[in-house]
Amino acid sequence: MSKNEMIQITYREAVREAIREALQRDERVFLLGEDVGRYGGCFAVSKGLLEEFGPERIVDTPLSESGFTGAGIGAALGGMRPIVEIMTVNFSLLAADQILNNAATFLHMSGGLFNVPLVIRMSTGGGKQLAAQHSHSLEGWYAHIPGIKVLTPATLEDARGMLWSALEDPDPVLIFEHQSLLNMEGQLPADAGAVDIDRARIRRPGSDLSVITYGASLFKALEAAEMLAGEGIEVEVIDLRTLRPLDDATFLTSIASTHRALIVDEGWRSGGISAEICARIMEGAFYELDAPVERICGAEVPMPYAKHLEEAAMPQVEAIVTTAKRMVRSNG
Amino acid sequence: MAEFRMPSLGADMKEGLLVEWKVKPGDQVKRGDIISEVETQKGIIEIEVFTDGTIEQILVHPGEKVPVSTVLATIRAPGEEAKAPHEEGTEEPTFKYKLCSIAAHRKEGPEEQPPELAPATTAGKRFRVSPSARKLAAELAVNLSTVQGTGQGNAITRADIERAAEAQKTTVTVAPGKPEAGMRQAIATAMARSNREIPHYYLATHIDMGNTMRWLISENKKRSIKERILPVVPLIKATALALGKAPELNGFWIGDRLQLQQAVHVGFAISFRRGGLVAPAIHHANLKSLPELMESLHDLITRTRGGRLRSSELTDATITVSCLGDLGVETVYGVIYPPQVALVGFGKITEQPWAENGMLGIRPVQTTTLAADHRASDGHLGAKFLEAINQYLQKPEEL
Repeated sequence: MSKNEMIQITYREAVREAIREALQRDERVFLLGEDVGRYGGCFAVSKGLLEEFGPERIVDTPLSESGFTGAGIGAALGGMRPIVEIMTVNFSLLAADQILNNAATFLHMSGGLFNVPLVIRMSTGGGKQLAAQHSHSLEGWYAHIPGIKVLTPATLEDARGMLWSALEDPDPVLIFEHQSLLNMEGQLPADAGAVDIDRARIRRPGSDLSVITYGASLFKALEAAEMLAGEGIEVEVIDLRTLRPLDDATFLTSIASTHRALIVDEGWRSGGISAEICARIMEGAFYELDAPVERICGAEVPMPYAKHLEEAAMPQVEAIVTTAKRMVRSNG
Repeated sequence: MAEFRMPSLGADMKEGLLVEWKVKPGDQVKRGDIISEVETQKGIIEIEVFTDGTIEQILVHPGEKVPVSTVLATIRAPGEEAKAPHEEGTEEPTFKYKLCSIAAHRKEGPEEQPPELAPATTAGKRFRVSPSARKLAAELAVNLSTVQGTGQGNAITRADIERAAEAQKTTVTVAPGKPEAGMRQAIATAMARSNREIPHYYLATHIDMGNTMRWLISENKKRSIKERILPVVPLIKATALALGKAPELNGFWIGDRLQLQQAVHVGFAISFRRGGLVAPAIHHANLKSLPELMESLHDLITRTRGGRLRSSELTDATITVSCLGDLGVETVYGVIYPPQVALVGFGKITEQPWAENGMLGIRPVQTTTLAADHRASDGHLGAKFLEAINQYLQKPEEL
């Protein structure tokens, strides 16, 4: 296999390859969660892994998020490297006590004696008509908690490479995989491997406006940027990649050259990660701003089931284009 | 502690030369006192103080030329403690801040100073300006009061500052050093702005001055030569009163809207023999009697020609009156002095054939013109205003 060889792959397959590689490289790694084994994963991410690695390493659990997340924490404390899969971020709330009160806290409560090297993967976001109990974007909530890391891989490269780096981390890491990205297909180097998990990336350079986003909204921002380029507006698109710790240096540096910032976040606006980003901009780049910071966020409603309503409740390309134009062009 | 700053004496003023202090540290001052003199493109202006207190510290000394809104002196409010003496003189008003570093909040050690910024206010007016544009204005020495904002809600943006800085560069300076050239420059800036930004409309009407002239002749018989009332005085008074019926002509157009002014301060155009002109304000012209107005006018003209105007007189006028009748002009087509929204022109009073009630007679006739800002008012209102001036001039005894 030559170094430059590219393979065609979906986001789902990229995540599966990352899990396979982890299972192969480190015998302490195992996957547990609802339907991850015989059913192949609720979103078919772990399809075939049970057959390949057996029931000791691909573990189907009862429907008890608190129970199996707690089991993962125990295993991590005991020296294992568990990957816990929770179906959707909404269900993770059943395990919120384990995540916040145990996983995120043990190192502190034990006086630095016990790290919890746990990885929790879960799906997030809307766009698949899965309605209000399966479609929310709560990663911003988790980004509030000290003691954990919050990753939001958007690209194939990150879907493939973030897991190993997360497993290497001595502390709990949450990975949010956006439902609408699972079928995304593209090219990836055949030897793609681990990537860093602490830096944002500029996915498209531009001079007029910094669009700060992550997850599935990244691709809406990139599409909007392409359209805006046709009208002479050069948008810099920043993929945060990691919501905690937040790499503010990257977006503050960007704003120092564009002087305008637009945050696109599928999560709710009030008290969300977009508000945190906005606050960091005020603290770190106030004197660079040439226009008020603006936000395009998810509508503050439970995610609707009906397709047109769901679309209306999420940030869309058109809104990004309109807002960007207003911010860049004068007399708005 | 209040700060006494270099005032902006008109939108075109960027800096002023401090000529003289009339107070020294420790002196008591009260609102309205003239405490310093500043030389501007419009001559030497006496500057009034706007707070009561005691002069604490003089920061700018005679002979220094400083930008508008530089702190000239600090004033201790009544009851406020005096500064400890050892601090005197050690506190230099330095503003040599480093430019904003975006990594500042992450740095260890002493807090970084905020960047040097253009003042967001001048003489009480707060500008809508982006933080980045403010910083850039300070770097490029652009006075915000000269910049028209084009951003959201007409905020001043970086692009506006860049344009203004470019315009400053290309401005040709005529014979720098001569005060006449400076004044020419100031007039050029204001009038170019007026012509560029203000959609003028013009109305004119002939007014029968018979009643006014007869009344003036009989009134002036009772007065000494020094106390005689000139015909321009009833014209000013009639203008000031007529504004009561057309308030939209008395105000300022700022930030894309009309700011009506309650008080009527009539700016009266006074030319200099060496060229150039100013239009200082006759305060509350609508409330003054004709003899009082005559006295104000006389005082104003004397002080203007002697270079002794006060800061408030240069900035307060809410409308301008221009009389060129003495020079034989029949009709004045005025250019409004921004941010005012109207200028009234009075021409020469000449005897004209005048038909009335089927009879032909000879009357002293004067042409009154209005140049008004169409953003702020319409011709209908302008017409009412001119008619009101006419009506007042028909009853001079009531003026």
